Amino acid sequence: MIDGVALTVFIVLFLFVTVLGFYAARWNRADLSSLNEWGLGGRRFGTIIVWFLLGGDLYTAYTFIAVPALMFGAGATGFFAVPYTIMIYPMAMIVLPRLWAVCHRHNWITPADFVHGRYGSRSLELAVALTGLLATMPYIALQLVGIQVVLATMGITGTGIMADVPLIVAFVILAAYTYTSGLRAPAMIAIVKDTLIYITVIVAVIVIPMKLGGFGHIFAAAQAALAAHPKPGSIVVAPAAFGAYASLALGSALALFLYPHSITGVLSSRNADVIRRNAAFLPAYSLMLGLIALLGYMALAAGISTKTTSLAVPLLFKAMFPSWFVGVAFAAIAIGALVPAAIMSIAAANLFTRNVWVRYVRPAATESEESGIAKVTSLVVKVGALAFIIFIPLQYAINLQLLGGLWILQTLPAIVFGLYTRWFHARALFAGWLVGMVVGTAMAASQGFASIYPLHVFGAVWPAYAAVYALIANLVVAAVFTPVCDALRLPRAGDAVNAGDFEDRGLDTVPLTAP
Amino acid sequence: MSRWYWLLIVPFVALLAPVYLKTEPALGGFPFFYWYQFAVLIVSAVLTWIVYRATRETPQ
Repeated sequence: MIDGVALTVFIVLFLFVTVLGFYAARWNRADLSSLNEWGLGGRRFGTIIVWFLLGGDLYTAYTFIAVPALMFGAGATGFFAVPYTIMIYPMAMIVLPRLWAVCHRHNWITPADFVHGRYGSRSLELAVALTGLLATMPYIALQLVGIQVVLATMGITGTGIMADVPLIVAFVILAAYTYTSGLRAPAMIAIVKDTLIYITVIVAVIVIPMKLGGFGHIFAAAQAALAAHPKPGSIVVAPAAFGAYASLALGSALALFLYPHSITGVLSSRNADVIRRNAAFLPAYSLMLGLIALLGYMALAAGISTKTTSLAVPLLFKAMFPSWFVGVAFAAIAIGALVPAAIMSIAAANLFTRNVWVRYVRPAATESEESGIAKVTSLVVKVGALAFIIFIPLQYAINLQLLGGLWILQTLPAIVFGLYTRWFHARALFAGWLVGMVVGTAMAASQGFASIYPLHVFGAVWPAYAAVYALIANLVVAAVFTPVCDALRLPRAGDAVNAGDFEDRGLDTVPLTAP
Repeated sequence: MSRWYWLLIVPFVALLAPVYLKTEPALGGFPFFYWYQFAVLIVSAVLTWIVYRATRETPQ
């Protein structure tokens, strides 16, 4: 049955952000026919905008649905999202200001631009660009799942193609304002979305425990419910499973800022200081994610019963909140899908335009041609994601997104080490990347596309995140092949980067184009 | 690089050592496993802020 009040609130909020998305084109008005403006918002976002933008970008609707779903279905394992999103920021604090500075100095838009400039290697550039595209596509598709589950919970169902019409409408709107406004649209919408999410979560963690008899009771009830599952879970990770838990957290943390959409957010900052400050402020979102994770236990304690674990939180909200607030909460989740989907499609468009189209098809492209190609690519990417969700079983998208994290981690040596040293030979890095991709994919596939691979060494079994094992293989190959490549006198191409280009010069960095 | 950056190792040690796989002592209804990780989260953010303030280049 359709809940009229919830649906009305939902639609009003959705329309509001739609207007905002189109209005964003006028914000800090500039020539949107340059990729720097369309794809990076002119690199002039300050601390607060970047906080909202990266918060909306990294903590996606899929995360908000999938993490509590995992807690609901499997218990404490799902809480790895918290150590994961803690460990990101100390690393970001050190590494990202250097990436920002060098990309700003050379007007680079994508991580593959940096790799090309640093190593002068087209194959390495293409490897980084294609890995980014491959990792981003299923991630965009999964954002739609967030919209789907709230629509389903509100009772909007249909048969055949009619079932997908609301989703298609939402995505057409998203595609239209991303096309016209570029990165400004998600930046502006993120402010609304995150405000709604914070309100929802704060209300949820106060109201629901009050109704359920406090956190002590919630944890006890969750433990009892998990122990009764066909595959029993627990609210504390078992010592034997800690290797998997910790490596999943660390590997995911290492991978996050290699995703093209994360780097797009970072590069849109006004200066490197904005990034440093956000390394201290963004953990506020991790705190919220930790609380959202606990919603999975609250659903268990409330006796929510569903075979589809991703419905656990929407059903919990529906059981606990008045209709109008259900509308607010569901709008927060659905809008929460639009922001990352927009940034991801922009990031994918930037990659395709700069590192595939301009490099191989039209090297003489002007700025406005570049931006035109990127706009069209962002549409194609979104249509692709939509088709993926409508026509292909959801499990494929989930498997591919999982592989995406594993794949993107294999670009770490080329990007992160490249910020510090030119010791590695480009061909050795390429070989390491290839080995990492193959080894990681094979490991995941052998486990039926699970993240954890039980490695047998020295007569013992070491279960850990396959992406980390693949990265180790990658690093070993890159390190061993570098002296080999040099001994064979394989040429090292010129390096466009000077040591000083990594210095961000603190606060006095001026934007490329004056505001 | 400033020595202040060594502070950023703290969250990694705190989270990658298997010292929090237990329910007791609980705090405010939260088993140890949960409140410990929430505590590391807050300490980590504060340390990051301290490192930022200590290493910031002042505008000319």
